[in-house]
Amino acid sequence: MSAMFAIYQRELLILRKRFFRQLASMSVSPLLYLVAFGLGMGRGVTVGGHSYLQFLIPGLVAMNSMIQAFAIASEINIARFYWHIFEEIQAAPVRNISYVTGEVLAGITRALFSVALIILIAILSGVTLSYNLYFWFALVLNSFVFASLAVGLAMLVKSHSDQALLTNFFITPMAFLGGTFFPVDKMPEWAQHILFFLPLTHASKAIRAAAFGDPPPFSSYLLLASLGAVFFFLAFHWVNRARE
Amino acid sequence: MIRFEKLCKRYKQLEALKGVSLSVNEGELFAYLGPNGSGKTTTIKILTCLAVPTAGDAWLNGFHTEKESIQAKRQCGLVPQNVNLDNELTVRENLDFHGKLFRMPRRERTKRIFELLEYIEIEDRMNSPVKSLSGGLRRRVMIARALMHWPKILFLDEPTVGLDPAIRRRIWSLIKKIQQGGTTIFLTTHYIEEAEFLADRVAFLDEGTIVALDTPQHLIEAMGAWALDRVCDGDMETFYFRDREEAQKHIAEHKAGFSLRRVNLEDVFISLTGKKVMT
Repeated sequence: MSAMFAIYQRELLILRKRFFRQLASMSVSPLLYLVAFGLGMGRGVTVGGHSYLQFLIPGLVAMNSMIQAFAIASEINIARFYWHIFEEIQAAPVRNISYVTGEVLAGITRALFSVALIILIAILSGVTLSYNLYFWFALVLNSFVFASLAVGLAMLVKSHSDQALLTNFFITPMAFLGGTFFPVDKMPEWAQHILFFLPLTHASKAIRAAAFGDPPPFSSYLLLASLGAVFFFLAFHWVNRARE
Repeated sequence: MIRFEKLCKRYKQLEALKGVSLSVNEGELFAYLGPNGSGKTTTIKILTCLAVPTAGDAWLNGFHTEKESIQAKRQCGLVPQNVNLDNELTVRENLDFHGKLFRMPRRERTKRIFELLEYIEIEDRMNSPVKSLSGGLRRRVMIARALMHWPKILFLDEPTVGLDPAIRRRIWSLIKKIQQGGTTIFLTTHYIEEAEFLADRVAFLDEGTIVALDTPQHLIEAMGAWALDRVCDGDMETFYFRDREEAQKHIAEHKAGFSLRRVNLEDVFISLTGKKVMT
């Protein structure tokens, strides 16, 4: 049994213990967005030949996978600052790479679990989308990017409030501007240039293209994979910073 | 078994350790005594690879704590000062997680968990969530967890802090039992009676420096066996004597309100530093 699986299994065990609470918390915001924007505001609206609900669901998949993958940072910080379990892990013969991989896998799992809920809601709403390999690949890449970023930042922050600050300044703006609710190419050109640098813009683009059966935007896949690799490396590097 | 040389640790403006050196023998129960903020926990953090020394070296069973940290960590178990059990998990799950971190196979983990919970006499609480346990039980679970992977060295950082006297004595018996099993124990405490009762040798730490190192008996004998205390102008005055008769003679001569007692390690520490250990 490797230490990486120990870390991963601990997160899953906690997720299992809080299953219903977690399920409720993961489904509240996508459900609200679906009802408010999909069924309310977006009724009768079409985007690029698709109903707004069809357009919205892949965006929500990208957004929710980002939020849930990033939420692993909160779990790490609870373990670090509140329960001091991080100290127990640090005192064990666990290599940094095992720790980071275990936590990143846990973040990806959380993201996939939340996406399964959205897909279920989409199916129940009668929205037809293609859940092909490109769809899952883009989804896993997006989760990898944000879980790696979360683990890295969790090593740098000094308190829970620092963590909340990061979420408010990076994740929330990205959720609204990264192509979840509207097509980025309808924005003014200067804004498009800025939004190009958001990983969520590329995740929304790739997931949406796969869901509509359009040709995959390989540049977006490549960008997500590169960013994920950089964040993973930084997370690995920053684990040592958490030592005194 | 434990060796460190010229350990220094600086936190910005604060110099927590100022070049301390020490070695602890195999099977020994060593107490590291000092007031809060003297550098006890910092030393343990460095020895267990939780902190990096600013200078100096440390070895656990021959493994360098920086250069061979993975092997060094395998040699030791740590019971930190703060309770760091996973509150969301049960007693068994906490121990099992620790076993997994040390790559113990499933069958071995299961067997060891039963063994240890029986050893610390809480086998009936195996499936209880940690959050339902009392402070004393949590501390015992932490000790069991630290022993899960059969460490050669056990670090106990203030293992009885905040516990009531009856529970504290129970933990002492457990610590003695662990030592009798052959484990080397490095204990930090600011409870004088804990060090006197448990330790084979003690080191006094004050402001990041070791100010005395010997067996409790030798340190006490050097002061004298008996002490007389009296309050004079609002201050406590203490006089030390080789034997009881000498002390009683002093009382008879001075006729002041003295109280007679045995010398303890607190007296040794005060005479060396002018401070109390329990601050």
